[in-house]
Amino acid sequence: MKLPIYFDYAATTPVDPRVAQKMSECLLAEGNFGNPASRSHKYGWEAEEAVELARRQVADLINADPREIVWTSGATESDNLAIKGVAHFYKNKGKHLITSRIEHKAVLDTCRHLEREGFEVTYLEPGSDGIVTPEQVAEAIREDTVLVSIMHVNNEIGVINDIAAIGEVCRAKKVFFHVDAAQSAGKIDIDLEAMKVDLMSFSAHKMYGPKGVGALYVRRKPRIRLEAQMHGGGHERGMRSGTLATHQLVGMGEACRIVKAEMHDEQIRIGALRERLWQGLQDIEEVHVNGSFDKRVPGWLNVSFNYVEGESLIMSLSDLAVSSGSACTSASLEPSYVLRALGLNDEMAHSSLRFSVGRFTSEDDVDYALAKIHLAVDKLRELSPLWDMYKDGVDLTKIEWAAH
Amino acid sequence: MAYSDKVMDHYDNPRNVGKMDDTDDSVGTGMVGAPACGDVMRLQIKVNAAGIIEDAKFKTYGCGSAIASSSLLTEWVKGRTLDEAASIKNTEIAEELALPPVKIHCSVLAEDAIKAAVKDFRTKHAADQQSAVAVGE
Repeated sequence: MKLPIYFDYAATTPVDPRVAQKMSECLLAEGNFGNPASRSHKYGWEAEEAVELARRQVADLINADPREIVWTSGATESDNLAIKGVAHFYKNKGKHLITSRIEHKAVLDTCRHLEREGFEVTYLEPGSDGIVTPEQVAEAIREDTVLVSIMHVNNEIGVINDIAAIGEVCRAKKVFFHVDAAQSAGKIDIDLEAMKVDLMSFSAHKMYGPKGVGALYVRRKPRIRLEAQMHGGGHERGMRSGTLATHQLVGMGEACRIVKAEMHDEQIRIGALRERLWQGLQDIEEVHVNGSFDKRVPGWLNVSFNYVEGESLIMSLSDLAVSSGSACTSASLEPSYVLRALGLNDEMAHSSLRFSVGRFTSEDDVDYALAKIHLAVDKLRELSPLWDMYKDGVDLTKIEWAAH
Repeated sequence: MAYSDKVMDHYDNPRNVGKMDDTDDSVGTGMVGAPACGDVMRLQIKVNAAGIIEDAKFKTYGCGSAIASSSLLTEWVKGRTLDEAASIKNTEIAEELALPPVKIHCSVLAEDAIKAAVKDFRTKHAADQQSAVAVGE
């Protein structure tokens, strides 16, 4: 067993060996190293062929047309291109955007940037289950709204939004709809023939592809236009200039091919591992799941261990690679804004851990983790004055704490 | 977060974990911090007739630095007078544990905790002395 055991597939995934193999064939002099934009020789033609195959593999995963796929450096760039691209192109139509409080920073910071440029943004509050409803979106849409941006699966809690229903609302009101699908692609079905989504962001490294590559789906019918953010040689039909990184794109294409073929079986296996983890935690008192339990991707569990602080928990779990919503693990000393937006108090946010299992997680890994978690929680509760008080029946909310 | 060996040592083997009876006259209790801020320390001292701290216990909810700061403090205050204990500075704790800048507040909290415990003990005994005078009259 390789320690620490990796339980952070939500942060990134290792590259699948089949993907690495394909990528390695596009680097060396004897391989497919050409510039896909070189039109005058075989090296260029072969590279272009590989890139176009990869584009089709990405499109196939989401039931789209390959011509609707624009390569980017990752979901962050895709989000930037989608949101700024629409806002700038359609600024004469309106300057209002709608998003939610628990979007990824790539969306929130982009919206903040647009606010500084004079755009107006409405930030929807999710319910305590972490879900943004179509009704909320419908209510927030105004005459001058040009874009709604709502994530498919939240990166901290793994909760799934009903983007098909939100898409219906947006289309009916003639507002463009962007979805950050970095965390859903390859885990749940996405059918862009059926879903009324105009723009969708993807990342390769969340689905066993390489880091540094992603894609933006840009719908052709009805057509949506974007103002380019990156100017240069006019690659990607002018929407994103820059020499195409053949090995990266081939890696993303192969990763998409694999998840399309294996997703359903894989998610059943991964869901069983998550369930094993959750069942194994049931004998610990005061453990709470953050976000909806039912509407979530199979592999993830975000739990709070009340009366235990997250960073010290992570120190005790040094054999496990997990992430925490605790302030102490962030540079800002602020607890997770996602958990706060769900209405969790600071204590519960401080006490949270995110476990995400994936392709290379085994049952033994989960059992090992459970043993370690039990030891750590017992130890830290033994150390915790709050646990003492809870056990003595003291209501902690009635105490006047001296905040510092 | 990369911690010093000393922090890890106190975290792995915390000294003097426990709880004393806070109604005992020889015990002073200091509880500082807030759950919302991510750390709460409870430090207790047992003081003998000569005014020397003969035992100390702590429990801490917080990060590794907070646990280490309070554990170290319980070691330091034993055998000291109340005045000596109350004059321990957070900078000494931070230096001993080589705390990174973002964790300095943990050592401040520890300093607050010992000051609060000494104050609690003195408050208890100020009341004792007053009632003793009252009985004498």
